[in-house]
Amino acid sequence: MSSVIESHHDDHHHGPAKGLMRWLLTTNHKDIGTLYLWFSFAMFLIGGAMAMVIRAELFQPGMQIVEPEFYNQMLTLHGLIMVFGAVMPAFVGLANWLVPMMVGAPDMALPRLNNLSFWLLPFAFGILLSSLFMEGGAPNFGWTFYAPLSTTYAPPSVTFFIFSVHIMGASSIMGSINVIVTIMNMRAPGMDLMKMPLFVWSWLITAYLLIAVMPVLAGAVTMMLMDIHFGTSFFNAAGGGDPVLFQHIFWFFGHPEVYIMILPAFGIVSHIIETFSRKQLFGYSSMVWAMLSIAILSFVVWAHHMFTVGMPLAAELFFMWATMLIAVPTGVKVFNWVATMFKGSITYETPMLFAISFVVLFTIGGFSGLMLSIVPADFQYHDTYFVVAHFHYVLVPGSIFSIMAAVYYWIPKWTGNMYDERMGRLHFWLSFVGVNVTFFPQHWIGLAGMPRRYPDYALQFADWNMVSTAGAFLFGASQILFLFIVLKTVMGGKKATPQVWEGARGLEWSVESPAPYHTFSTPPKVN
Amino acid sequence: MFKKFNNLSKSAFAALLMLSLYPSKVLSDWDALNMREGVTQVSRDVFELHMLIFYICVAIGAVVFSVMFYSLFRYTKKRNPNPSTFHESTKLEVAWTIVPFLILIAMAVPASKTLTEIYDDEEGEINIQVVGYQWKWEYKYLEDDINFFSNLSTDQDEIYNLVPKGENYLLEVDEPLIIPVDTRVRFLITANDVIHSWWVPDFAIKQDAIPGFINTAWTRAEETGIYRGNCTELCGKNHGFMPVVVKVVEKDEYNDWVLAKKEEAIKLAELTEKEWSLAELTQRGEGVYQKNCVACHQMNGEGLPPIFPALAGSDIVMFDKGRNVEILMEGVQGAAMQSFANQLSEVDMAAVITYTRQAWGNAENGDGEYVVPSDIVEYKKPKI
Repeated sequence: MSSVIESHHDDHHHGPAKGLMRWLLTTNHKDIGTLYLWFSFAMFLIGGAMAMVIRAELFQPGMQIVEPEFYNQMLTLHGLIMVFGAVMPAFVGLANWLVPMMVGAPDMALPRLNNLSFWLLPFAFGILLSSLFMEGGAPNFGWTFYAPLSTTYAPPSVTFFIFSVHIMGASSIMGSINVIVTIMNMRAPGMDLMKMPLFVWSWLITAYLLIAVMPVLAGAVTMMLMDIHFGTSFFNAAGGGDPVLFQHIFWFFGHPEVYIMILPAFGIVSHIIETFSRKQLFGYSSMVWAMLSIAILSFVVWAHHMFTVGMPLAAELFFMWATMLIAVPTGVKVFNWVATMFKGSITYETPMLFAISFVVLFTIGGFSGLMLSIVPADFQYHDTYFVVAHFHYVLVPGSIFSIMAAVYYWIPKWTGNMYDERMGRLHFWLSFVGVNVTFFPQHWIGLAGMPRRYPDYALQFADWNMVSTAGAFLFGASQILFLFIVLKTVMGGKKATPQVWEGARGLEWSVESPAPYHTFSTPPKVN
Repeated sequence: MFKKFNNLSKSAFAALLMLSLYPSKVLSDWDALNMREGVTQVSRDVFELHMLIFYICVAIGAVVFSVMFYSLFRYTKKRNPNPSTFHESTKLEVAWTIVPFLILIAMAVPASKTLTEIYDDEEGEINIQVVGYQWKWEYKYLEDDINFFSNLSTDQDEIYNLVPKGENYLLEVDEPLIIPVDTRVRFLITANDVIHSWWVPDFAIKQDAIPGFINTAWTRAEETGIYRGNCTELCGKNHGFMPVVVKVVEKDEYNDWVLAKKEEAIKLAELTEKEWSLAELTQRGEGVYQKNCVACHQMNGEGLPPIFPALAGSDIVMFDKGRNVEILMEGVQGAAMQSFANQLSEVDMAAVITYTRQAWGNAENGDGEYVVPSDIVEYKKPKI
């Protein structure tokens, strides 16, 4: 992607600085977008390697490779790194690259803040990963870090974990402010809110969600810090505190967080389906309203993660009904995508393959989500592999497939080179098979009774765990191919036209490929 | 109704499996891939609800995906070079907002009904307090004053692949919970340290065990048998090694068991009176240690510092008998060490302390003092 820098002549601004200082000091949205994307890819590989440790241990019953305490560290770091290190920064990277170009702005509104929000991240994750080498090991209480396991009973490294979460939160909040200010103030003349590309809309909503809930997460970890070091008892029952309070606070952050990781995917997929169907997106305004409804509903469903904590009947009923309601706007989006493809003129380039499988597999994840919302049935599903299968279906072939689709779709714009279509398709099919072989059987072993976060299991789950592990290694290995394809494209390949795709619309396709270092120094006119 | 569902579900799962081309030996075992129907009215209602929602999802999926795949095959660029230009239809959009809403109401009604049935905290004929500990369960029969701990009984050697694994690998305990058939049993569920969750799939009970809270659940098991479940809330290192086993027996058998348990308690009291030799105590203590202490302090007494300190070479274990007893009786505030005062009898308490003061060279390097049951009785006497 670094070949963006090379020469272009129609621009009177200076080009990028040379060498390392370019990346340390850059305030250019394209450079920062690139940094975010590479950072996220590195985290994806690290978090993925941890998933491989988990799956290798679960290949057979019995303890073979790691000890239970290290296994717990792996599952905790895997979750934290994938959520905060891989998926979220990837979307921020895409926002950096695309939002200014899509709204016809020269850059993000707050470029120095932008630099700071990226450069906080390596420190946050450096601290988190360094806890692996500390006495007592890394955090081992799951990415949901329920108190008091994460307070009174936590390893000493929990303090570093808290610090690292604070830094990640600060980075996210700054990034979100930047996105909101850019979208609200820097749109090209004529681009009304209801004319904005859906990816921009999805990020506008996501950014508000982030600003609303990241402080809540910061509050939760601060209360933990007080309990651990300053003698308070927020979550300590022996001191009059309430361990369930922690879960309410965590999930008040955690549920909107789930949508933070899927809304930008909705935006991406809408663009890709429309482009490769060569047909205008069906129901643009209902897409916007659906995203808004999902975002608002996300604030009133948090306790569906806590159906077994012993809430009163009225609360269980309320959270069940509110959760079921989310199926309505989500359904509208899926129907709109299908209607866009209907009577289109479809071709199957790699981004489209990822987008189509996003629609199918995300919908399957949605169905299992609907099943989980049914409280009596959730008493059986809760904290089993059924839940693991559910959220991996919405996160891997959901969020992560959408990110891969976005990379294939926009990389010609970023680098000026076409990726290798044959290899892209191969990467898609390997990933598609890998993801389903990994996660589909987990529905069954969950229903049959295997709890999640178990380093070892009863013998009746052996066959499908073995299949799942095989799938996981296939999926993991395919991502090395992805890395190779991206590097190859950065280094060269067939030159891309400005439009790149026959059916592509939007301002980002009106500039050259690769996009010049500075675009839209004078705003374009939008009709 | 649910029988029919069950058969349908088997064929649906079969079809899915065939498609996925997996080894044929697993194809024979359908029930292993679905939720259990269980042995109570509630668990069957839950199963029925699960299958109902599953089929509704399958039906919706079938409709949506067939339209989608039809479009994908029919409207390729080759077959349809000129795409249509329509991009909205208010009628259609209203329809596909309202229809799913109605389907959801159809799901919510039976779900709410079953949930209300489950949420019934009337007292049971038998009331049992269930307490989660790292990493075992304690069962207290409130009416009969019976109280015992239930530990994983699978051999460490099976877990570490040194010997073949038994049929109930990781789903077996030294002493299961025993309840009578056709009797309303209410569980009062709480925890002593971190949050655990008590799950018995065949009763469709899963309730979090939370320190400082008492959650309730109830069941009326309709068939005798052994029902196995797990802890389902991450509770630390041995989260995967604290199963739940419930044995449902005939009412007569239950009453006999209650009497036997009470006699056992009397015998245990007599043991406390007995004069114990160092060798006897050490031998008994080794057994107690293996059952209660190895998970954290390890077989070799080295522990897993810093959270689980070493006992081998510990100053307290070698030189400070008084503090040694105090730690086992009271636990350590703010650390993982819990109080064993209610978990171990006086004899077992004395034995395990004696064992740790003798093992791993502690006696040779330390003062070699040991603890007898009467020391514990003395400790327990109220101090003025």
